[in-house]
Order: sequence, then structure tokens, then C-alpha cells
Amino acid sequence: MLNAAILAIETAQLRTDLPAFRVGDTVKVHYKIVEGEKERVQVFQGVVTKRHRGGAGASFTVRKVSFGVGVERIFLQHSPRIERIELVSRGVVRRARLYYLRELSGKAARLRDEKDRLQAAPRAVTQGSLSLRGRPLRCSIAAP
Amino acid sequence: MRVHLRASVRAPGARVLGRKHPMNQNPGTLGKKLGMTQIYAADGNVVRCTVIDANVTIIGKRTMEKDGYSALVLGAGERKEKHTNKAQLATYKKAEITPKKIVRELRLAAEVVAKAEIGKKLDLTEVFAEGQFVDVQGVTRGRGYTGVMRRWNFSGFPGTHGTHEYRRHGGSIGTNMTPGRTLPGLRMPGHYGDETVSVLNVKIAKIMSDEGLLLIEGGVPGARNSYVTVRGAVKKKNGGKKA
Repeated sequence: MLNAAILAIETAQLRTDLPAFRVGDTVKVHYKIVEGEKERVQVFQGVVTKRHRGGAGASFTVRKVSFGVGVERIFLQHSPRIERIELVSRGVVRRARLYYLRELSGKAARLRDEKDRLQAAPRAVTQGSLSLRGRPLRCSIAAP
Repeated sequence: MRVHLRASVRAPGARVLGRKHPMNQNPGTLGKKLGMTQIYAADGNVVRCTVIDANVTIIGKRTMEKDGYSALVLGAGERKEKHTNKAQLATYKKAEITPKKIVRELRLAAEVVAKAEIGKKLDLTEVFAEGQFVDVQGVTRGRGYTGVMRRWNFSGFPGTHGTHEYRRHGGSIGTNMTPGRTLPGLRMPGHYGDETVSVLNVKIAKIMSDEGLLLIEGGVPGARNSYVTVRGAVKKKNGGKKA
């Protein structure tokens, strides 16, 4: 159990200006880098493969393939070094940790886009055709 | 030439003759260890730190004239009036404060003691500065009667190859004829933890004087909700403060 004073210290540091994103989404992380005396912003674009919750210490992992080599980078979610996060697209995934992407490459490593799923032709809804997590959804359909 | 001085004529804060290490008389405070967290420094680096609740009231003073040494009496936490004895209650009544749970004296230079006001809360910004080096003293978590593997990091014995009921033992504790006895100080099983331990030269990451909180870089001995003493570093110049 976290002490109230510690909780207050942590919540004060949380960033609320970042967009909500989930595992499977493609994001652009604008990250401030100090080179010598100069500071510049570097963009890291890739798929979010892992989110680690944990108050002020929360982090997320972004994976991209750079010149044929897989690169994974862990960002501290509430770090002041993150200038902003851009949400590029939402992906459809069925797990919380996308470690399986490490084994895949090329076309196989793509994720289905949330938009494509929504645009897919809606199936005709009849009695008993709906299901939730593999189990048939019991509901009655009123006649128009 | 060694001169032994009576405590009453010894200069306040002077190095005690015959003592190898001077007593820590740097300003400090009492506090309750709340736990650990992390904060982001100005450059974006993460600083992991211990949070110490240092809401401390000055209960009384000890002066050269009256007591033969100079110190501040500090109190932390709350104690019920019915659990306080009458003699102690009188000192609290006189200072117009509520009884405190933990009372500790901090030996300090006479000038510092003279400045302090009885009955007031200790102002952390006056005592410490951010980035200052401090020493933290606490009582470590008691581990009870412990074997040598846990207490002294012995390796134990192989799990296989015929080891028989000897896996977590320490092995030999001496030789036969010469010297024919076990040497003093040999590491053996015994009571581990629950001992007073100081960590020296740790930095103050942040002072939150409104909440009465001190954030100290790194770990601090003791369990959560145990009381610790934080003082300016004894082995740094100027009590760990930047000149």
C-alpha cells in the first residue's frame, strides 16, 4: 500500500498532456536529446509492444525495424524529456505484450489497423449470431 | 600534550579530545521513513529517493549553563494525553504543544540552540539545503536468528555430489592444535538486523517544507514507518552544505 504523501508526490509528476494509446498502436515519440550543449528533438516511430503501469515510473516500449534491424526502445511515460507523442494509427491486437513481433519480419509483422476493422462490411445480425469472447450473446432482436 | 577538560568548560562543538571521530553536531532533524519513490530531476533524469516525514516540533533545549551540553529536544508524531506521564505532560503544556510520540535530543552548537524557538515547528529550509550531503541513521529491519548464508553471504555447500545434511552450513571454524581455539569475531549464525546503522554522505534531493517532507537520494536504513535521524554530513566540510 502506497503512503498518501508518496502518492501525492507521484501524482504531481504524472503527465496528462499525452494522448491515450494502447499496445498495438503505432506512435511517434518526440524525444528531447541533449548533444553536448545543444538540445534537439528526435522522433522515434514504431509499434507499442508493451506498457508497464506503475505511477510515476510507468514506461512503454516502442519497436521499429531500422535498416532491417529490430530496435526496441523503452520510454518513461511521464518523463519531461518526451516532448509529445503522436498517435499514427491504432492497431488491433489480442495480447498485452507483443513479443511475438520479434520472431516475425516483413509482411507478417504487420498489425491489423483499427480503421480496417471498422470499415469491414457489417454482417447481418440474426438471433444467435452475436458472440462475446467466444460465447454466444443472449439477446433478443426487436423487429423493425 | 593531552589535556582532559571537564564537559562544562569544553568549547561547544569542539572536537572531543581523545576521540578519533568528532561527534556529529551538524543541524538535523528527526523523521519517519515513509517509503521510496522516484522524481524527475530538472534535466529529466530519474532520481530514486526515500521520502521522510520530518514534521518535527521543538520541545525543549539543553544549554551549557543548565545541563552542561547544548542540544535541541525534538518530537515527532502524536501521543495521546492519557498515555503521557504527568511530568512530561507539564513540559508539553508549558510549550503549548500536544504530546509527541518520539522524542529525541540532537547535540548542536550553542548558537543554533539559542536561535531555536520552543513550541515551533522545525523549518526544514533553515536546517537543510537541496543538494546537501547528509548522514541518515536508522534501525535496520530485524531478521531474527539467521544462518551464515543470509547473514554473511557464505556460499554454503554443493546441492549434490554427496553433500549430506550440510547444505547451508558455514564449514570449519578453526584449526586443531594451533591456535586450538576459535578466533574471536568469526562470522557465525546469530541475530541479524535490528541494529543502528548510519548511511553517510547521501544527498538531499528535494525539500518540501510545506508538507514537512524530505526526499533523500537512495535508500535509508530501517523499515517503513520507522524513525530515522537526518543530520548534516560529518565527513564533509561545512556539514555537507555548499559553501
